[in-house]
Amino acid sequence: MTGPDYLSALLLLAGALFFLAGTLGLLRFPDVYTRLHALTKADNVGLGLIVLGLALQSGSWLVAGKLVLIWLLVLLAGASVAHLIARGARQRGIPEWRR
Amino acid sequence: MNLLQTGFDGLLALGLIWLAWRALACPDLFRGIVLFIAFGLLMALAWVRLEAPDVALAEAAIGAGLTGALLLAALARLNRTAAAQTLPREAWRSGPALLLVLAGAGLGLAVLSLIPEPAGLQAQVAAELGRSGVSNPVTAVLLNFRGYDTLLELLVLLLALLAAWSLDADPPRREAPAGAVLDMLLRLLLPVLVLAAAYLLWAGAHAPGGAFQAGAVLGAAGVLALLAGWRLQPHLTGTPLRLAVTIGPGGFLLVAWAFAAGRPAAAGISAGTRRRSDPADRDPGHPVHRRHPGSAVPGLAARRR
Amino acid sequence: MPDLYHALTLFLLLNLGAGLWRVVQGPTAADRMLAAQLFGTTAVAILLVLAQAGGVAALRDVALVFALLAAVAAVAFVRRAWPQPEDEHDRP
Repeated sequence: MTGPDYLSALLLLAGALFFLAGTLGLLRFPDVYTRLHALTKADNVGLGLIVLGLALQSGSWLVAGKLVLIWLLVLLAGASVAHLIARGARQRGIPEWRR
Repeated sequence: MNLLQTGFDGLLALGLIWLAWRALACPDLFRGIVLFIAFGLLMALAWVRLEAPDVALAEAAIGAGLTGALLLAALARLNRTAAAQTLPREAWRSGPALLLVLAGAGLGLAVLSLIPEPAGLQAQVAAELGRSGVSNPVTAVLLNFRGYDTLLELLVLLLALLAAWSLDADPPRREAPAGAVLDMLLRLLLPVLVLAAAYLLWAGAHAPGGAFQAGAVLGAAGVLALLAGWRLQPHLTGTPLRLAVTIGPGGFLLVAWAFAAGRPAAAGISAGTRRRSDPADRDPGHPVHRRHPGSAVPGLAARRR
Repeated sequence: MPDLYHALTLFLLLNLGAGLWRVVQGPTAADRMLAAQLFGTTAVAILLVLAQAGGVAALRDVALVFALLAAVAAVAFVRRAWPQPEDEHDRP
């Protein structure tokens, strides 16, 4: 393993950590709004770090570009869906969690 | 194949069986649909692990993306017409269950009685691949060797469209406006979907992809537009739309008719009459063999009989 | 590096399996849909790692299709299938 390999492995592991955090949040957080918050961490940061780690390994600008494109598409979908669900939940009066 | 991969595959298989069971047994239809979406996702991964990226692509577009949305829209319509949200428990009857078990056992027996190493048509496909115009054998079979089967499916689609138009007697619903975010999502996503469909069609000539997957992506674009409340301009929905949907089948029938009229003897692909004679055709290392363990081309297999 | 890839895919699949608990548990329909959304992203990550691990470029196209269609089911949910408050789905 060379320098870029270590960096790539680090990024992949960090991405996996964010996926774990997103799943834990989805399971443990108390209401829709907080779970939404957890979910977008996996979408944005988790997949982003994994894409970065893989792009370092891909060895081709074309492949790296495709990886980034896939990440951007997931970002677009994730952000829009998070907004739509949060707005719908408020309109339907799903209560927010209070301590 | 190491322990990690075995663990991945085992978990995938267990997850698929559990999801299939839960999606079917779940009394709440909405939960069943979400479980079915998850099933589609895992199924695509399973096809990947089975080294069938073509099928994985189709499953990703249809199973995970499109069917979930269609089922959710159907559920909404069901909720409007009848308050049948949950299935009664007594829907589980022993008679149909017994029949299903018997049919499953019969299928299992049939699979077990198959020849372990069927000859298949990989050798013929490989031999004629150069004449098909593409280098991806799956596309060669679907769009060239059995082009009539595939392209006449356009007529099936046309019939389905006619049926849907005839049955859709619901008055148009008043829909909530899509909102700025959904509108922006569609403005950004729809052109990308069209471009991606063109890319998949192009890629199908030399790699997994092709018309089927491209069509599914285009279909998803249409479904998204409908969901957001985007509609065609009224002056486009009448005769122009009807003409547009007949261009595909009509064009194909014209080409097929002209071809058959011009070369009556050679209208079919000669694969049905060829005997395998060249030992090199049976090279197990050829990509066609590796891509298709067994006879993965039922249309061709049936034609050969 | 290959072992890391395979461990990563297994880990992500375990994450997905754990998320199924939220689909079964609910309590609101939106919670179940959120879990499905997370599954989509996880599947994209798994496919990209598998593509790199096995050197199969076509898997990136499968991930691309997943990413393109990631919003379709959720939009159908929000625009059509989300029950109104008086339905029992949304009672926590």
